[in-house]
Amino acid sequence: MSPGAPRGGRFDPRLEARRRAGVRFMWLCRLAVAFGVASLVVLLVSLAADGLPALSFEFLTSYPSRFPERAGVRSAILGSAWMLALVAVMSFPLGVGAALYLEEYAPTNRFTTLLKTNIANLASVPSIVYGILGLAVFVRFLALERSLLAGAATLSLLVLPIVNIAAREAIRAVPDSLREAAYALGATRWQAIRHHVLPAAMPGILSGTILGLSRAGGETAPLLIIGALTFIAFDPLSPMDPFTALPIQIFNWTTDPRGEFHALAAGAIVVLLGVLLMMNAAAILIRNRFER
Amino acid sequence: MRKSEPGSVSRHTRVGERLIGALLFGSEALSILATVGIVVVLLTESLGFFAEVSPVEFLAGTRWSPDLVPRSFGILPLVNGTLLVAAGAALIALPTGLATAIYLSEFASLRTKRTVKPALEILAGIPTVVYGYFAVTLVTPVLRTLFPGVGVFNAASAAIVVGIMILPMVSSLSEDALSAVPDSLREAAYGVGATRFEVATRIVVPAGLPGIAASFILAISRAIAETIVVTLAAGATPGMTLDLLQSVQTMTAYIVQVSLGDAPSGSIEYRTLFAVGLLLFLITLALNLLSQRMTTRFRESFR
Repeated sequence: MSPGAPRGGRFDPRLEARRRAGVRFMWLCRLAVAFGVASLVVLLVSLAADGLPALSFEFLTSYPSRFPERAGVRSAILGSAWMLALVAVMSFPLGVGAALYLEEYAPTNRFTTLLKTNIANLASVPSIVYGILGLAVFVRFLALERSLLAGAATLSLLVLPIVNIAAREAIRAVPDSLREAAYALGATRWQAIRHHVLPAAMPGILSGTILGLSRAGGETAPLLIIGALTFIAFDPLSPMDPFTALPIQIFNWTTDPRGEFHALAAGAIVVLLGVLLMMNAAAILIRNRFER
Repeated sequence: MRKSEPGSVSRHTRVGERLIGALLFGSEALSILATVGIVVVLLTESLGFFAEVSPVEFLAGTRWSPDLVPRSFGILPLVNGTLLVAAGAALIALPTGLATAIYLSEFASLRTKRTVKPALEILAGIPTVVYGYFAVTLVTPVLRTLFPGVGVFNAASAAIVVGIMILPMVSSLSEDALSAVPDSLREAAYGVGATRFEVATRIVVPAGLPGIAASFILAISRAIAETIVVTLAAGATPGMTLDLLQSVQTMTAYIVQVSLGDAPSGSIEYRTLFAVGLLLFLITLALNLLSQRMTTRFRESFR
């Protein structure tokens, strides 16, 4: 059957029967919607039930431990904070720089189209493949070992296409009249960008960057692949230190056959989701605040 | 500084302009480097692997036992595990996601849309490790009470949770496809006496089919690439089983298993990681390109 072609010869003159079929179908659809919404509710309720009791000051300030009652997420929180800061420092300038190049500098030709297609494809490369790239290039070839820097570089590569695509959209949305007015007053291309295009596009760029960072904050697979699943009972103090992070700690506690550690995993999930939720809320606030 | 005076743009500024252009191109060049890096890393280490194992044995062999003597590097058991979980996830996510999309695009009131869509967006933003926890602590125990004899690790738990995970992707992309169908088609159908149900199922869905197919393919690709849920829930038993209640190992779970052990650079075990990674990369790339092509064709059909 070709798309759009109605099936002929199946006309049923009984309007009531056809309406009833429609109602049945609508309830099936409602069931599907309910399945998705119920999954979210079950997930959140079970997390709250398991995780909230685990939360305490000690939990937030203790190192991981073999004893569930003494274990905490201190090194994981610090590791995730370091990680997010380093990823932000690396992916923001590079992602925005590449976006400025593609939108403001690049000529319209096949090569530019190829560059854009390349970024679209990078955005859909599985995160585990970035982990493999990070393992081979950062951990082994550049000998960064299992450091924060190796992890952050890996995650930055993963986040770059996301930041780039969001930044390009924001830059494209800046009306050309702004650029033309700046040129008319004698501004150079960079002066027009620096003083007019970038400030106008910044809310979109920032909210896209934060969304990219919140993706990085929840990523587990690439960090596992570069070998970050280690026991860290100290504060990471420099980018060259070994680290753990919240997702890694959650993974670790979930694999533990002893059930006591599952409650700790749930507690760490509540912390992680809290952080990600705040980041997403910040992104939405920034977007709304500057949107007219 | 005199540079603000008309006609006096100094040489200094022009050099700076060119430098900035070069810097910006440099940051773009990094994304080319990333692509080249992925391809080169996967290919070079895989070539080392294929120097020792014939590609035929790798692609057609039905026994995967990289560390037990006699060693055997047939990847089909891992592919089987991956496809089994992906198929189970698709069985849940594709019909549910499409029905959700039809409901949101054709039936739902604005108020329902405003509550359901954010809920699905939250579901889409939850990190995979949280889904993994959900599989291990909630879905697996339920399955084990329903079906006695189900192991701690089983494909069904992973498939169910991966299905829930990719559901928002199917529903939101399919809804985009349905919303893109021009209203004139709907009105024409109403004009000849079709009911709302008939308009939805016989006009809108067929017209949006390429876009729906694109969302299905992308979701399957995501399920194939999923790592954490399958590692936590499906286990590490490579096998040719089609039984969802048994433990399987997926390609991604194998990659995690190798990297958790400390395989030295250059060893055959280290290299299997890249060979399996290369196959995974090629499969997902093919699916993503197919999905992209269908989306473009779909967009063009309504111009």
